[in-house]
Amino acid sequence: MDALKGVDFAVPRGELFGVIGPDGAGKTSLFRILTTLLLADKGEARVDGFDVVKQYREIRQRIGYMPGRFSLYQDLTVEENLEFFATIFNTSIRENYDLIRDIYEQIEPFKKRPAGKLSGGMKQKLALSCALIHRPSVLFLDEPTTGVDAVSRKEFWHMLKNLQKEGITILVSTPYMDEASLCDRIALIQDGKFLSLDSPSGTVQRYTKPLWAVKSDDMYRLQRDLLRFASADTVYPFGEFYHMSVRQPMMQAAEITAFLVSEGHQEVEARPITAGIEDVFMELMKNES
Amino acid sequence: MTREVPHTITADGLTKRFGDFIAVDHISFSVSAGEIFGFLGANGAGKTTAMRMLCGLSIPSSGKGSVAGFDVYTQTEQIKKNIGYMSQKFSLYEDLTVSENIRFYGGIYGMRTADIKDKTLVILRDLHLEKEKDTLVKSLPLGWKQKLAFSVAIFHEPGIVFLDEPTGGVDPVTRREFWEMIYEAAYRGMTVFVTTHYMDEAEYCNRVSIMVDGRIEAMDRPSVLKKDYGAQSMEEVFLKLARKAVRSEY
Repeated sequence: MDALKGVDFAVPRGELFGVIGPDGAGKTSLFRILTTLLLADKGEARVDGFDVVKQYREIRQRIGYMPGRFSLYQDLTVEENLEFFATIFNTSIRENYDLIRDIYEQIEPFKKRPAGKLSGGMKQKLALSCALIHRPSVLFLDEPTTGVDAVSRKEFWHMLKNLQKEGITILVSTPYMDEASLCDRIALIQDGKFLSLDSPSGTVQRYTKPLWAVKSDDMYRLQRDLLRFASADTVYPFGEFYHMSVRQPMMQAAEITAFLVSEGHQEVEARPITAGIEDVFMELMKNES
Repeated sequence: MTREVPHTITADGLTKRFGDFIAVDHISFSVSAGEIFGFLGANGAGKTTAMRMLCGLSIPSSGKGSVAGFDVYTQTEQIKKNIGYMSQKFSLYEDLTVSENIRFYGGIYGMRTADIKDKTLVILRDLHLEKEKDTLVKSLPLGWKQKLAFSVAIFHEPGIVFLDEPTGGVDPVTRREFWEMIYEAAYRGMTVFVTTHYMDEAEYCNRVSIMVDGRIEAMDRPSVLKKDYGAQSMEEVFLKLARKAVRSEY
């Protein structure tokens, strides 16, 4: 199996770059190659100007890496973990404390607690503090928000935006499409390939078909009926609406409404919308297969 | 084997304490047969503890509860036999093949060998997995795994199925196919109790409850909740409620 199939990209200094795709798309393999933990079969990569194979030592000195799976020492306390990571990078907590202050202050009341006994949200903050304690120039975060609730996810992204202001280049992967808009640029990844690489607004502009949001009183039947609508192309559920792409450019809402009413639907609502990242992702996925 | 039991879930003041800490604090609700009930809440709000009580895995500290007509204190074994359960974290044995996993779960739920054989063919056909029946589960794409895990969880046609973040990390197309399977099960009369971090999925539920600090802060149809909270989406409703949480993570 090829986890990654010829991926090309460059991230300028100070960018917040998102790698967005489902589990198994190749995100972790990409991050492991760039963090010098896995050798690529083909191709080359440089991080901060250093080759990931020949100069792995230099790279390891200057990057921070937060793997998807919690990888701190469970039986060391919060404080001991942080001290450990500071020490192996020949620095001290005091030296770089300003960088982690906002994050670490939230878990400092629990600094005597073993890391294994922290809640998910606190583990995440500790792992981020440990990845930052040597003031890395590039930070790799592999699915930091997976399984995290909507409130904590928003907070986490707020922290990333602040770190970006410190001049740190950040590569972050996520399966949540709604997080894409917070990145400077995003790569949509599926089956080891980049489906697109662009700014969030540039990515959604790749969706060229007219798109409609439609709902009615009978959502269970609606998808089936919409698929029978003459100009319908794709129909996917999106929360309380269905998103329907159509082949006909100048469609009026009345045409959709009339069709659905004739099929027995009531309280029909149809309005043109602009595509989101998830619409684009599904469209690109469909074109690939 | 389970058709005679009611497909309902009720909780009345259900509470779970761990020492001084009240993980679940007097929650009350009832879920009717064939309903898709979304059980939302921030990390640490008490969802998992509540779910464990309803699945017969944890005895409540106080309050009443029944699942499929069985008492959550005294009839936990009957509850386990009459429900299906699937979580994102654990669902299938990675080192068994697709058909071995199906056979294993059929056996666990006490199905007859002949029935298991028949039903295995149905599942493989429905999921288009005929060619993969001898493939180890670990080499299947996640989306296929999750759909297979759901089929296996409801293999014995339980009246009620509990789904704990079933679609986490799944690609957007498969995530929607997964919800079609949920709808089909509910259409057959199965009651679905589901947690998710995807707020668009909250919209697919007939009703949702939102837990904050161990209590159910809001519970209704998504359209009503949005109206009540003056919100455009369930995400907005969720953020408004979850931000009220005061208890620090434990």
